[in-house]
Amino acid sequence: MTVEKLKETVLDTLKDVELVMGYQMGFDALHATPLFIRKKEDAERLIWNPLCVHNLTTYLPSLKKSRVGVVVKGCDSRTIIQFLQEGLITRENVTIIGIPCQGIISVRKVLKEIEYEPVEEVSFNSDSMTIKTLKGSKTLKIEDVWPDKCITCKYPTPLIYDYLIGEPVSFDRGVEVSQVIKELEGKSLNERLAYWQKEFDRCIRCYACRNACPLCVCQDSCIAETREPHWISQRLTLNEKFMFHMIHALHLAGRCVECGECARVCPMDIPVNILKKKINLDMKELFGYVPGVNAEDKPPMYTFNVDEVNIKEHGI
Amino acid sequence: MSDIAPKELKIVGFLCNWCSYGGADTAGVSRFKQPPDLRIIRVPCSGRIDPLFVVKALLNGADGVLVSGCHPRDCHYSDGNFYARRRLEMLKRLLPFLGIDDKRFHYTWISASEGQRWQQTVTAFVKRIHELGPLNLKEEKQS
Ligand code: SF4
Ligand code: SF4
Ligand code: FES
Repeated sequence: MTVEKLKETVLDTLKDVELVMGYQMGFDALHATPLFIRKKEDAERLIWNPLCVHNLTTYLPSLKKSRVGVVVKGCDSRTIIQFLQEGLITRENVTIIGIPCQGIISVRKVLKEIEYEPVEEVSFNSDSMTIKTLKGSKTLKIEDVWPDKCITCKYPTPLIYDYLIGEPVSFDRGVEVSQVIKELEGKSLNERLAYWQKEFDRCIRCYACRNACPLCVCQDSCIAETREPHWISQRLTLNEKFMFHMIHALHLAGRCVECGECARVCPMDIPVNILKKKINLDMKELFGYVPGVNAEDKPPMYTFNVDEVNIKEHGI
Repeated sequence: MSDIAPKELKIVGFLCNWCSYGGADTAGVSRFKQPPDLRIIRVPCSGRIDPLFVVKALLNGADGVLVSGCHPRDCHYSDGNFYARRRLEMLKRLLPFLGIDDKRFHYTWISASEGQRWQQTVTAFVKRIHELGPLNLKEEKQS
């Protein structure tokens, strides 16, 4: 895949949309940042590499009325499908530029590998990256610094697009369930509770995870902040934090496409995505439903069967 | 513990107005003996029950939560309990992942005429919560 081909397509798209969203280099060589292309010249700054971690589709619902173009990876494309299932965007208004993805990096994992040294230069080869710092240079295999979502990814090639830049790819590792979930499932109830309490206790309720989530579309009406109803207060207790995470997780039940943005943006390194992944496993088992795969599907919590074959009555 | 009389625990019941709440009433009118630990919250339909009600109750000091609505196909609003069933089952599976015993949460369907069945359900559930003991998730301190 060449960036040239991407630029060409973006410029083409720009002829009939107001805005195309892609990626540009960020404040240092290890960070990309979103690029909003309105004029031809802006496209010069376009990049494409494993630093392009953001899920740009998150802007789409608020731009529902405008004609926009967006660059997507496999996981991002699933967000678009979920939006369509929920009527949050108008398909005709969005031009989707899909890029088959080889996996992105977790900046957090890379920083750990280079012991948090300031980054001077980063270069990519087919499946590795070399990072230069003042202390020397280090080469890492991309898949060793994949975020959790890439390890379990089943759809690296976008599932919906108007243009596809490059050849479809597949790299299913056969990993169905993230390591954290497996480990937790092997623990006792008390250990699990202690695990989550320890994780949630670090939460500073900055709400970055919610704000970054493409499917948290309530904006100013989010019940984590409304006074009426007053679900949680501003008190700094573990329970308020716990409750916030329950709100976040349950409002995404059967909707989360596992783009991993919540966990990526968390300044406290809390595995916020894990709860949603766990619920997704249940949604699959109970209703055979996988979010963001087929635009015709209905999210499981928006519908029902009179006879639920997989829900058994519970005894006491 | 064993030589002290069992402490009253806090058990919250979310009951649909059209069926289980009536069932509890029938049980009362028939003077069936019912455990004192249950605090009943009447809701218009099981479809009104947000799974977050249950979570909030548990985090705020409830030791167990019981939800009961009309039997499937008998919902006063025709499909409220069908939605509820999916939500509540989802929650039932999530709780143990969080480290909260899902035995502390039970959802079921009891009609207004089933006073006896109500009494049996409540008695069994309260007994189970007493076996499990207090949950103690409520904390007052600022961290
Ligand atoms: S989850 Fe899949 S599509 Fe998304 S960044 Fe990782 S490999 Fe690419
Ligand atoms: S991003 Fe992290 S710290 Fe901020 S609210 Fe979410 S979990 Fe809490
Ligand atoms: S009216 Fe009773 S469950 Fe809907």
